[in-house]
Amino acid sequence: MITGHFFAAGADRRIAITIFILLAAAIIVPLLNLAVSPTSAFYIPSYIVALTGKYLCYALLALALDLVWGYCGILSLGHGAFFALGGYAMGMYLMRQIGSRGVYGNPILPDFMVFLNYKELPWFWTGFDHFWFAAIMVLAVPGLLAFVFGWFAFRSRVTGVYLSIITQAMTYALLLAFFRNDMGFGGNNGLTDFKDILGFNVQADATRSALFAASAVMLALAVFVTWAIVGSKYGKLLMAVRDAESRTRFLGWRAENVKLFAFTVSAVMAGIAGALYVPQVGIINPGEFEPSNSIEVVIWAAVGGRGTIVGPIVGALLVNAGKSWFTGLLPEFWLFALGGLFVAVTLFLPKGIVGMWDSWRGNAKAMRAAAIAEEAGADPDVPPPPKIVRSAATTPGAWSASGPEPQPAE
Amino acid sequence: MILLRALGLMLVFLMASLLPSNAAEADLRAIIAKFATGTGFSAIEAVVRELAATGDPLVERPLAALAEGNLYIRKADSMVFVGNEAGDSVSLLDPLSGEKTGDAAKTDITKIKVNNTLRRVIRDALGTLTLRAKDPSVRIAAADTMFKTPDAANIEPLDAAIAAETDAKVKALFEQARAASVLVSDKPEADKLAAVALIGARGDRDALSLLTAVEANAQGAVKDAATAAIASINSSLALWDAGQNIWYGISLGSVLLLAAIGLAITFGVMGVINMAHGEMVMLGAYTTFVVQQVIRTSFPGLFDWSLVIALPLAFLVAASVGLIIERGVIRFLYGRPLETLLATWGVSLVLQQAVRSIFGPTNQEVGNPSWMSGSFDVGQLAVTWNRLWILVFALTVFGVLLYVMKRTPWGLQMRAVTANRRMAASMGIRTPWVDALTFALGSGIAGIAGVALSQIDNVSPNLGRGYIIDSFMVVVFGGVGNLWGTLVGAFSLGIVNKVLEPYAGAVLGKIVVLVLIILFIQKRPRGLFALKGRAVEA
Repeated sequence: MITGHFFAAGADRRIAITIFILLAAAIIVPLLNLAVSPTSAFYIPSYIVALTGKYLCYALLALALDLVWGYCGILSLGHGAFFALGGYAMGMYLMRQIGSRGVYGNPILPDFMVFLNYKELPWFWTGFDHFWFAAIMVLAVPGLLAFVFGWFAFRSRVTGVYLSIITQAMTYALLLAFFRNDMGFGGNNGLTDFKDILGFNVQADATRSALFAASAVMLALAVFVTWAIVGSKYGKLLMAVRDAESRTRFLGWRAENVKLFAFTVSAVMAGIAGALYVPQVGIINPGEFEPSNSIEVVIWAAVGGRGTIVGPIVGALLVNAGKSWFTGLLPEFWLFALGGLFVAVTLFLPKGIVGMWDSWRGNAKAMRAAAIAEEAGADPDVPPPPKIVRSAATTPGAWSASGPEPQPAE
Repeated sequence: MILLRALGLMLVFLMASLLPSNAAEADLRAIIAKFATGTGFSAIEAVVRELAATGDPLVERPLAALAEGNLYIRKADSMVFVGNEAGDSVSLLDPLSGEKTGDAAKTDITKIKVNNTLRRVIRDALGTLTLRAKDPSVRIAAADTMFKTPDAANIEPLDAAIAAETDAKVKALFEQARAASVLVSDKPEADKLAAVALIGARGDRDALSLLTAVEANAQGAVKDAATAAIASINSSLALWDAGQNIWYGISLGSVLLLAAIGLAITFGVMGVINMAHGEMVMLGAYTTFVVQQVIRTSFPGLFDWSLVIALPLAFLVAASVGLIIERGVIRFLYGRPLETLLATWGVSLVLQQAVRSIFGPTNQEVGNPSWMSGSFDVGQLAVTWNRLWILVFALTVFGVLLYVMKRTPWGLQMRAVTANRRMAASMGIRTPWVDALTFALGSGIAGIAGVALSQIDNVSPNLGRGYIIDSFMVVVFGGVGNLWGTLVGAFSLGIVNKVLEPYAGAVLGKIVVLVLIILFIQKRPRGLFALKGRAVEA
């Protein structure tokens, strides 16, 4: 039924194109990597496949953040935590697949546990030798954490910067916890040295291509789900909470439940992104919990355009491509560039690339319509038909407060 | 001729009066030489006693060597040497100065043999020597060693030393060392009971371990007394431990207060989340580093004043950077706190990388002035001077800031803007100026916090990162816009953190604190001391 709605509405053309591009990439890129001879001009080297696969995971993470930030006004500075938790769940499965091929050759215990003198598998590692169990955990662990955290936070109406800070504290606490050796998650070194996923060698080109395709398909699915959520009646409510939470509450809606749903869905999406990320990069360690990582995700979404579906994907791809380029050529200047990007985007590009594109095109369209109307001799006073903007926020400045002056924190 | 001889004599006398130690050394050498002439243990014992009677610390080397069987006589000229065996040959050292004088084959020298009686005589002599040393710290160290390695043979020299001792503190230590020795001797029970009482009164960990050993070995009343003493020591030690933890907590609290207080102002008055606050702290620390570098190269005499010089400079540096940030970036983002957060994060990245490019990524060495190094004891508490000074400094900064906020026109304007911006503007307060200066003030205070933190933390480009989350926790916990809230928040978080640490470990303690704060914010979303207002919410 939803698909019917999708096609009947003509969707947003942009969403349809994005999904189409992603699905096409999921087929074509592996083909060009595997079936084309390395000497051909169309050949895509394996490292590019792995790199873009990684970027797609980042894009999925950025999209997840955009769902809560762009559409619900919750600036989470802890989304990296959900990403890392999903990654750890996948990493635990991959660790168990190593079997007796580890350095110590223990058939049950991963290397680091042998090293740390574990006698048996900790209880929370049971079940991770099955892929289905790990897959459920990839969804359940971040989702549950987000649900519990959000349930407490939204119920007591922690909003705005306070929420941002405590989400940051959450990921910081998890960072400290996962650094501990006796947590049973590999401590400082994390989980690495993976061999197989579902019986296929993680390092093999075919597996890498399959993982790339899985990431692209998953991202396409996430785009569709986000579009469905945002376009639904619930999506309207989400944006109402974003723009005027008190008013929504006074109208009789439970703002905290609206937020909680978006936050949980978003966390699950972030978890999936992490689970796809880990086999492609081959390691997961506590560094993924760094608060700075989570803040970087925010800038991806901001660069691309928050409150749009395509924006965060574009932003994540652009910023990360820029990062790879910079760190290769001018490693000294990457932080300058990133810092400058933060400042420039917030000052000059508050709607992001996609948002700017939209408003520029909106203006052009309006002008063209006015010109046509004038030529036709019609009454120029009649405004052009209002453009229906489904998603983009009209003025981001208007979201948070009344006027352009400081508001004392309360 | 006579004249010449007289002159020569005078010269000799002059030399002798100028170098009295040489004369004493010659005497000692004469006594040591007797080792070669005397035969039998009794003769050697007499020489040892004679050496000990001189009371000269120089005799320690030959006596210790003798006790270990390392004193040799060269057969050719009957000279006495301290020898180090190395394979077939022995390297010979001068018995007094310890300088190497040559090597000898084992066949060319004879070892001076010692037996157990002689060893005890030597050890007593050595013990008496250190117990009578002129330097009190040597005597204290000797008493300490004797306390930790009690031996019935120590009682006699200790008795003598106690009688001769004038310093009350050292005397008490001697008595404790004697008591420890009494407990391992075969003295009557009454003496031992007194000794247990004396050691129990000492009350530290050494006393505890000693009494535990006594409890295991002794019987009857002594054992009971030891058990009771152990119990009382344990309970007093637990108290001291708690005190120590609370002191550490207060110290951590003062650090948190310094780091957070500037944030409290900017956040409270302007609602601006300044993620670059930690970098202001870092700038202050680097200013201290630069000041110290200049002083080291140009004015070494001023080193003790380096921090005092660095304070205003750090304030100026951080405040002007803060002013630039406010005028250049934050001004355009008022009313959009989340965007401000992102923009200032970007600024913090730029500042970090700038410092990294200029000074390099490694830790910089910032020295402690003499008045900030070292420590002193309060009971069983060790208090380091730098921690104490930082506490004093934090409270001073707090007091000055409180005065500025409550008693100056500027503070009045700041508070007016916090309470009701539009009304304040209507009354003629130039709110943009207040904003800019408030931000500069908050940044400047972060800068001087950096001066203090450079004394206890590594000065690296990442210095600020470590403090930013903790500072936010303090401000959010204490309640925004209230300096007292920040004070209470800083000290309670510091103390809770340090009190939890022994039970949960450093990392877990910190996690527990973070979780507690997250839960606390659920209960009181506006912090401990929230400003009262009528607005529904921002």
